[in-house]
Amino acid sequence: MSQLDQWRPSASLGMMRRRARLLREIREFFWRAGVLEVETPVCSRFAATDPAIDSFKTRYTGPQAAQGLPLYLQTSPEFPMKRLLCADSGPIYQICKVFREGELGDRHNPEFTLLEWYRPGFDHHKLMQEVAELVNLLSDEVLPVERLSYAEAFQQNLKVDPHNATIEQLRAAAIDHGLPGIEDLVLDRDGWLNLLLSHLIEPGLGQQKMTFLYDYPASQAALARVSGDSPAVAERFELYISGVEIANGFHELDDSAEQQRRFEKDNNQRFEAGRPAVPMDEWLLQALEQGLPACAGVALGVDRLMMVLTGSDNIRDVISFDLDRA
Amino acid sequence: MASYSTNEFKGGLKIMLDGDPCSIIENEFVKPGKGQAFNRVKIRNLKTGRVLEKTFKSGESVEGADVHETDMQYLYNDGEFWYFMDPESFEQVSADSAAVSESSKWLKEQDLCMVTLWNGTPIIVEPPKFVVLSVSDTDPGLKGDTSGSGGKPATLETGAVVRVPLFVQIGESIKVDTRTGEYVSRAKDE
Repeated sequence: MSQLDQWRPSASLGMMRRRARLLREIREFFWRAGVLEVETPVCSRFAATDPAIDSFKTRYTGPQAAQGLPLYLQTSPEFPMKRLLCADSGPIYQICKVFREGELGDRHNPEFTLLEWYRPGFDHHKLMQEVAELVNLLSDEVLPVERLSYAEAFQQNLKVDPHNATIEQLRAAAIDHGLPGIEDLVLDRDGWLNLLLSHLIEPGLGQQKMTFLYDYPASQAALARVSGDSPAVAERFELYISGVEIANGFHELDDSAEQQRRFEKDNNQRFEAGRPAVPMDEWLLQALEQGLPACAGVALGVDRLMMVLTGSDNIRDVISFDLDRA
Repeated sequence: MASYSTNEFKGGLKIMLDGDPCSIIENEFVKPGKGQAFNRVKIRNLKTGRVLEKTFKSGESVEGADVHETDMQYLYNDGEFWYFMDPESFEQVSADSAAVSESSKWLKEQDLCMVTLWNGTPIIVEPPKFVVLSVSDTDPGLKGDTSGSGGKPATLETGAVVRVPLFVQIGESIKVDTRTGEYVSRAKDE
């Protein structure tokens, strides 16, 4: 790319038209389904505590904040949307920009578009069905749907039990399956699971189909409920198409005390990793105490979906201006 | 030497890996939505030329390698080492056979070569893209046959053997492309 061309969009006009059609079809889908479109603040006093996600930080200074009010750009609209649910909104969806520090690559741009929605009365299995319905509405060809538990995916691909294997066994699996240059890596158990999943399993998922991976290790529950005890699994799923992670959904945790414990655990992990602790959303905790209706929710990467629907291998091809041109 | 975090990784960056200087060829960022981010990197070991892959946790740091490339004039070979001189500082360095390797057969005194230095010591010597060398031996009997099917082998002053057209004779100078090892043309006498 020459300096002189940098003012030009990174996506073609045809791609932008395809994207506009996709957004319209998403809105029509939810209109017909009686799901309310909402908007929530992009900037918040609170941040995502997830140890693997970093927020951009900014500041408001002016009337009512002479000294400046630190604000975080949302990494997902999850917390305010749950507060709406606790305030009896009923089913809701949102299409919004989210921001993640430190993420740039063929499939990552630091700001990107999420479609996030919540369904009171659904569990994660019922929500997977609705995700599949929506994706097939947006796709030019109908994709068959496959559901695979996290344990099945590891068993089939690597002959490893992800819920019970030791760190040494996971490391050995990575080496046995020819993952190059990992001899010196020092990772915790979830780190090894993430390495195996992202490097050895993901690329094969969702080939000419949609693959839903579900029932994640309890240690990777994030904001999902945990159920069962042999082994305990997180009621969480991810959607893969053409080897690309497209969506992440939960049967949502509704226990305020447990939510607070997870926030604190996240912040401890952040501290141990030498990253700054961030303020946890106290208003979400209060709202959960009030009561979150039993529900399932999912966040779907609109840019990633555009990539797989159009066969693009770089995210810049599906957004008008990528970071290089922003 | 400075160290580099994975955020600074890009093609051409020189880093130390297992005690050897390496150059990054490709850098891929891999990150699950929820979970550890990785940099998957393709790297060339500058001492062996081998390409390998390496996976780093994003945010890790690696020691940089003091590697740079510079044009140097080839002086002579004493049987064990090849000597080069910086044409500006007149500083001399000696390269061993591992560094010179296949390039030795193209090295002619006075020619400017691209020398890769690691901590001041040559690890790679690249000859000029084109060299002019005189023919020290070739079969003279084929003179006159210009049908020129496949040419004939000729041994050059440096010991390199290249295929030349039949009309090329002992004592003539020819221009050779060192990247392919192929004859380009006859060179005018200098």
